[in-house]
Amino acid sequence: MNEGPGRKERVDRGIKVRSDGIYAVSSSREMTYLAGPRILLIAVLLLLPLALEMAPYWKRVINILCVYALLAISFDFLANCVGLVCLGGAMFIGVGGYFAATFNVNLHMPVYLSIPSAAIAGAVVSTLLLLPCLSLRGVYFAIVTLMYPLLFTRVIEAFNILGGSNGITGLDSFPGQNPENYTIILILLAVLFGLRRLLNEDIGLVMHAVKDNDLSVRASGIDVARIKTLAVFIASFIGCLGGAYLAHLYMWAGLSLFALDFSIIPIAAVTIGGGGSLFGAIVGCSILVPLSEFLRVFGTFRIVLYCTILTGFIVFKSEGLMPYCTRKYQQFERWAKV
Amino acid sequence: MEVIVYGIINSVMLSLMAMGFTLVYSISRLPNFAHGALYITSGYIVWLCLNALGLNYFLSIVLGIAATSILGALIYRLIIMRIRGMEISEIIATYAIGLAIIEGLRWGGLRGSTFTLPSFLAGSIRIGGVIVGYQRLFALVFGLAVFAALYVLVKSTRTGLALKGIAQDERAAMMLGIDSDRVALISFAMGSGLSAFAAVLILPLGNIVVETGYNVLIYSIAVSIIGGLGSWEGAILASFIIGFAQILTEVFLSTHYQMVISLLAIILTLLLKPSGIFGKQKELDDRV
Repeated sequence: MNEGPGRKERVDRGIKVRSDGIYAVSSSREMTYLAGPRILLIAVLLLLPLALEMAPYWKRVINILCVYALLAISFDFLANCVGLVCLGGAMFIGVGGYFAATFNVNLHMPVYLSIPSAAIAGAVVSTLLLLPCLSLRGVYFAIVTLMYPLLFTRVIEAFNILGGSNGITGLDSFPGQNPENYTIILILLAVLFGLRRLLNEDIGLVMHAVKDNDLSVRASGIDVARIKTLAVFIASFIGCLGGAYLAHLYMWAGLSLFALDFSIIPIAAVTIGGGGSLFGAIVGCSILVPLSEFLRVFGTFRIVLYCTILTGFIVFKSEGLMPYCTRKYQQFERWAKV
Repeated sequence: MEVIVYGIINSVMLSLMAMGFTLVYSISRLPNFAHGALYITSGYIVWLCLNALGLNYFLSIVLGIAATSILGALIYRLIIMRIRGMEISEIIATYAIGLAIIEGLRWGGLRGSTFTLPSFLAGSIRIGGVIVGYQRLFALVFGLAVFAALYVLVKSTRTGLALKGIAQDERAAMMLGIDSDRVALISFAMGSGLSAFAAVLILPLGNIVVETGYNVLIYSIAVSIIGGLGSWEGAILASFIIGFAQILTEVFLSTHYQMVISLLAIILTLLLKPSGIFGKQKELDDRV
């Protein structure tokens, strides 16, 4: 639709400009504009279990979706806000899950105590395991996180510890399907908005700076390794939370908690949804996880599919869906005469 | 004696496996997470040529290596070249490609023990009281020959010098008219070819299993981190360290500990000397 000489330019919508500053509170229209997308997301997440009341199978899919969304948020946070690429999200799920199993089965902690304590314990252990590569730049972090889930599987299998290849069974389940749903949905919402808040604080600015130019952060007298350690702790806490929840959901912690799906789906989700905003991670998951349920018959071929989609998005549409929608929401395009 | 002989053979095999990864990283700074996948693919291609097409063994090996090199070159040209320089995307893309290949092969039916390559040479020989199969000796000799050939290639041909130039200082090399993308393409193809070569030499000793793809990747990474990412001499030395450590654990503890040993070695290296044994390049840049 070339309309004569000129170029296409993007201009911010008036309402976007107004709601950027103090005028955001000037009228209900501005407030709705600002809060709309957030409220939409919250409402959809909270109402989804009620809408699927007739389909118990899909209510379980919501749980899985939220766990993947947690992992994707943790990946997005590490990759696009701190600059660390974590190729082994399965490690967090596995560590969290096994801790929950130990706490619940051996120490007899109730469900709602074992999940948070497993998340904290798992986060401490994962951070300690990743500590050696945090003071280094470059690809070390990616390499080491890639190795850990593979190693954990082999070590547990070989030494027959933690239940060996049978796993640990007999975890307590949740009191019902609604608590099951709403526990993870509330966790997800809390993590999402908490993390976004954190990124707008001073520490979040420093984290972004670590991604963009770590030498200048160091030159400002801030310890980069400490910031990275904190970020890894937060990310692994989120991942382990998902893992602990998953172990209780399945009432079982086993080797499949280290499965590749947990590493690749979050990465694919973030790439499709668009990185950096954390919302994109959820958008990506809500496309990929139902898709993977439909394709259940294909087995490991699904991983091939994710990887293909992922590579395609990276090469041809590296922006992702969410930034695209944000642009459409905030700006309009027009032809300008030059 | 047994430890020494098998240690040497194991070490040379490890360095053969890791050479492709190290080569690509040292020249084009690309961590090729599809390395293990290429390794297993070449084994599968050779098996296909041998059993499905009924070609002669030597020809299938040549075809397998050539096909893997071309595959590597295609991966670089079609995907990685477009995202060169975006570190996060590079890592994710190679990882995704590797996973896609490995899991695709698993889905395509590469399971069980039905996939074996015959060894080139049957029989065995006694070296100082230890019985060694000819195939292992062959792998040893050929591995050393490949290292020698690579050394000569890099030291004395124009292409080799271009590779070296890009590895040392990309900008300066580009100013001298060396095409960075072409060199990276060559390095990717060579790295894939090397992994295919290693596969052809090593796979006849066992079955072609999908898990090998992951194991090869882990061992290559371990070797190249310990030797210093991107340093060849370091990689060879590191594979001797890990190779002997593995054989020693096998003799004195049990095979289960092999993985743990490599992990411990990696963590110790990262803690004590993160640039690796021979990683003298840009030591200051590597640490923050």
